[in-house]
Amino acid sequence: MSNSIIQVNNLSKQYHIGARERINRTFREAVVDTLTAPVRNYRNLKRLTKVEYDQPDTIWALQDASFNVRPGEVVGIIGQNGAGKSTLLKILSRITEPTTGEAKLFGRVSSLLEVGTGFHSELTGRENIYLNGAILGMRKAEITAKFDEIVDFAGIETFLDTPVKRYSSGMYVRLAFAVAAHLESEILLVDEVLAVGDAAFQNKCLGKMQDISSREGRTILFVSHNMPSVRKFCHRGVLFESGKIYLDDEVNKVVDDYLDSGSATFSSRTWIPGDRPGNPFFKISSITLKNSEGTETSAINISDELIVEITYEVLGDGVIPQYSLVLSDADGNCIFGSLNNYEHDHYGKPLPKGVYSSTCKIYRNLLNAGRFFVTLIGFNNNWHDEFKIENAVSFHAHDDGVIKGDYPGNYGGPIRPLLRWHTRRTDIT
Amino acid sequence: MKNTSPLNTEPFIHIKPKKGLQLINFRELKQYRDLLYFLVARNIKVKYKQTVLGGLWAVIQPFFMMIVFTLFFGKLAKIPSDGIPYPIFNYSAMVAWTYFAQAINQSGNSIVGESNLISKVYFPRIIIPFAFVLSGLMDFFIAFFVLILMMLYFHIYPTFMVLSVPFLIILMIMASSGAGMVLAALNAKYRDIRYTIPFLVQFWMFATPIVYPASMIPEKYRLIYALNPMTGVIEGFRSVLLNTVPFPSDMIIISFLVSLVLFILGLFYFKQVERFFADVI
Repeated sequence: MSNSIIQVNNLSKQYHIGARERINRTFREAVVDTLTAPVRNYRNLKRLTKVEYDQPDTIWALQDASFNVRPGEVVGIIGQNGAGKSTLLKILSRITEPTTGEAKLFGRVSSLLEVGTGFHSELTGRENIYLNGAILGMRKAEITAKFDEIVDFAGIETFLDTPVKRYSSGMYVRLAFAVAAHLESEILLVDEVLAVGDAAFQNKCLGKMQDISSREGRTILFVSHNMPSVRKFCHRGVLFESGKIYLDDEVNKVVDDYLDSGSATFSSRTWIPGDRPGNPFFKISSITLKNSEGTETSAINISDELIVEITYEVLGDGVIPQYSLVLSDADGNCIFGSLNNYEHDHYGKPLPKGVYSSTCKIYRNLLNAGRFFVTLIGFNNNWHDEFKIENAVSFHAHDDGVIKGDYPGNYGGPIRPLLRWHTRRTDIT
Repeated sequence: MKNTSPLNTEPFIHIKPKKGLQLINFRELKQYRDLLYFLVARNIKVKYKQTVLGGLWAVIQPFFMMIVFTLFFGKLAKIPSDGIPYPIFNYSAMVAWTYFAQAINQSGNSIVGESNLISKVYFPRIIIPFAFVLSGLMDFFIAFFVLILMMLYFHIYPTFMVLSVPFLIILMIMASSGAGMVLAALNAKYRDIRYTIPFLVQFWMFATPIVYPASMIPEKYRLIYALNPMTGVIEGFRSVLLNTVPFPSDMIIISFLVSLVLFILGLFYFKQVERFFADVI
């Protein structure tokens, strides 16, 4: 296709993931290890920038991605976390270079991978508009010309000369987006930046982006987990799975496929020994979702309970693992968190080296219908050495009508707890 | 720029794995010159925010070091000071040295410190260490102003060679940014550099005529001594401002050449490794 504004050919990117930590069992081993560490460290660091094929501690974050985009097209990039969406955007915005393959962009590119990159909390709104604009590639004169428009869009006139550290988070995000939205470029790359900010502002931003694409004919690549906005906003969808393009088609087809095929949910994650997430004290080997019958599933009925099972390996004696589960909805809003310190008869006792399994039961009749993600955060003793496995597993909660009764409509909100009602007559005693 | 028709045109941006030597894209740097300006402005504005003494800090550090050095090296060790009072002899060097030490420290840590920028947005990376080298000049001029006050106090007046001060300042910036760029680039991958810099600065200080005059170094070693670019800068400042020794043009030429090499080397090395920054930071 010669009339494409973006041409991506066999783009691949390899990353080195950290080598496994070594555990010392004896004092002698520990001393020898410390002394030989520099040689080992140097080798590891040196390898960071080398391309190596089929090494156990390397992964292909993006593999042989090829596609073309015509001018004015709005393309939604969707897929699981770690599917390669952000890597693609990072390569196209020239933050990191591909390991192999190439991409040609026929126009000015601006990327918005994060809202408010380079904002300095001590500087005022006015100063940050200029700084942020310059970081995003605008010239001073350009920013001055658009200054009023930016301030107007963000609605922060009265706080222009206040340091942004005094801003509410909403104001901060509004200002940051306003600057980015006024960039003049033919190609706009947007990563999940609208996950922050309130719904009204998200709509305003989406409106602005729609405006940019339809009226000014600009091309947009849009990464999002928010399927309704992808549907509404994009013409075309590209679905990524484990670094590869899985489907590239009309947006509704791609989103439907993503949501239905189960590729949108992950009932279980298992890590190979060298790749296990964790801290130096314990490592997670798997996370699995099960229904009340103990069957692994990524689809539950809201009237059934859901069990999250975590298995982990304690690497040395005397470790006190601490962890919490955080449940969030499809838009990334946190719904609730739960800590294992509630497990009184087990929590806080140092564990001997070994493999453990821990389950957390999410009550029946608690969630509303929808898609949910489970994030695991782990710590060691006293909430140190934090690690996080974001959206490790996900599931669909279906409304089986048990709680709904005869009510024909839908419930709002992420949860729909079954609460107790009680009515009595009060005019006669 | 609406509805650009890219038919049969060269790509605006061609992304592919870079091979071989990377050259500096001056056109792009020129496009981003406003960013340099705003980053320098940010560094200056932010530096003394929420401090009581503010810009006074620019003077306090060299001035108090000068008092300590005067006591130990001037009074106790009786180190010669080229015929002028030791305090001003030492302070004149501390002004340039404090700049140099802070510039390489800040620019050396700048890439790691701005990792958030580097992993989220593209721009010529070289601007970051540069912004720190340039923003340090603010402190330098404040400290320099105090030097002028001291000259009035001690009734010491510059020679007509004072016209070479801008050149000496450029020399100083070149040496600082050269070293700063090498350190910043190394630091991105090897975090040992963060711990090496304070060390390096201390060693380097004693290899520079700060607490003692260059005239203490035997004549035959003096040109080797001038391989340290800060030697030329500091001896130059002393010669033209305090009239200590005749203008040391041979030492300055050597220092200039070394700074130039250091600068080009820094630029070059930085350019070769900057494409990995986002991956290793």
